[in-house]
Amino acid sequence: MTQTADSPPLHTPLEAVHTALGVSFTDFAGWRMPVSYSSGLAEHAAVRAAAGLFDLSHMAEIAVIGPQAAAALDAALADPVSGIANGRAKYTLLENGEGGILDDLIVYRTGDDRFLVVANAGNRHVVADALRTRAGGFDCVVEDETDDIALIALQGPLSEEILRNVEGFEIPELDGLGYYRSTSGDFRGHGVFVARTGYTGEDGFEFSVAPEAAEALWTAVLETGEGSGLKPAGLAARDTLRLEAGMPLYGHELDATTHREGTGRTARLVRDGRVLVGLAGEGRRAGRAGYAVLRAGDAVGEITSGALSPTLGHPIAMAFVDAALAEPGTALTVDVRGTELPVTVVDLPFYRRPKEHA
Amino acid sequence: MTRQYTADHEWVEVDGDIATVGITRYAADKLGDVVYVDLPAPGSSVTASTVVGEIESTKSVGELFAPVDGEVLEANQAVVDDPGSINADADAAWLIRVRFTSLPELLTAEQYAELTAE
Repeated sequence: MTQTADSPPLHTPLEAVHTALGVSFTDFAGWRMPVSYSSGLAEHAAVRAAAGLFDLSHMAEIAVIGPQAAAALDAALADPVSGIANGRAKYTLLENGEGGILDDLIVYRTGDDRFLVVANAGNRHVVADALRTRAGGFDCVVEDETDDIALIALQGPLSEEILRNVEGFEIPELDGLGYYRSTSGDFRGHGVFVARTGYTGEDGFEFSVAPEAAEALWTAVLETGEGSGLKPAGLAARDTLRLEAGMPLYGHELDATTHREGTGRTARLVRDGRVLVGLAGEGRRAGRAGYAVLRAGDAVGEITSGALSPTLGHPIAMAFVDAALAEPGTALTVDVRGTELPVTVVDLPFYRRPKEHA
Repeated sequence: MTRQYTADHEWVEVDGDIATVGITRYAADKLGDVVYVDLPAPGSSVTASTVVGEIESTKSVGELFAPVDGEVLEANQAVVDDPGSINADADAAWLIRVRFTSLPELLTAEQYAELTAE
């Protein structure tokens, strides 16, 4: 079933809780999701300084299970996942036959023959269909479990401390659970898949739980953390947080005309011969998605995401620019509704969380 | 002084031949956190229903329309310095004062409430 503008919106199992909190909703990839509860800026600041609680139940969860699940995913995805150990996760891409990007994914290995693929809400069916097709010759099954899973993210430097104090939430292997690792927990009799991953640039956790337990888990975490500065946070804060962290968003930095070149630290995203870079500006006026990047009056690129960075206090943007102008330090301008404002090419991410431990 | 409204989600307070203009709470809520405000310079002349400034939030850009023909007497520097004051109290955060030559028909509070009712 394809979700279109005419279809009724899909509802998160937490909608009633959001409504009670006075949230503003938006339609996002066919789902009615929270934009902000009070102020996106305040929610953003809470995640950087303390913690934020996000409802991400729109995200797609697709299980790949069977003796050949690893081999099937190796064949289906841009990077091999058969080498990752149980309890580990990997960020990767789903590409079309020409290397164009159909989605970016996090793949969690939850057992020798079990993987959980988390995809963007808007690409749910594209990803599930592609995995089914590509896994066709392998001994495994592909199950879209999105409707059976509520996804709640706790993000921010105080996440672990808050999590440890949630009454009735037992996570036996939380000690030593590193970033990009996952484990299982129990919240008042409900199994919870606990992953130390996120999309904010902060430490944090993502909880997958049955929809009927979502409200109790949300409320318990929120009540535990409120005294420490935990705030419920919506998609507005999520977008500025991920932008500061230099994380691409499908439909902006990623699409079927975009390719990844190279691997690991040297990988870069390329679109129409242009390379994805960070741009930093001055003052308060931000270039936004679709605005032209100029050099001596000539168009040399286009912004894919941009905002006044709440944490840094100056405008930041991601943009595809001509490869010759991608070097950090290069001076360019952005056409902000008829006014050319200076920007400088900078390394991504714009924001890196302070490391407490060496 | 009664407060009147425009379909562009601005409030207008008329005192003699001077109109004080701000954006409505409804507009401020729709915009979200305002981070940048660009207002016309005092002395500039403005034409009703044309764009004379920008109110930029974290997620979008709103335009400030002149509700009247006239000359800008004052722009509120306090709001330029603290754009968040629009979110804090849109009814108090006036943006510009304009000496107008003619006053178009504006909406009453009831008419504006009807316009924004969902």
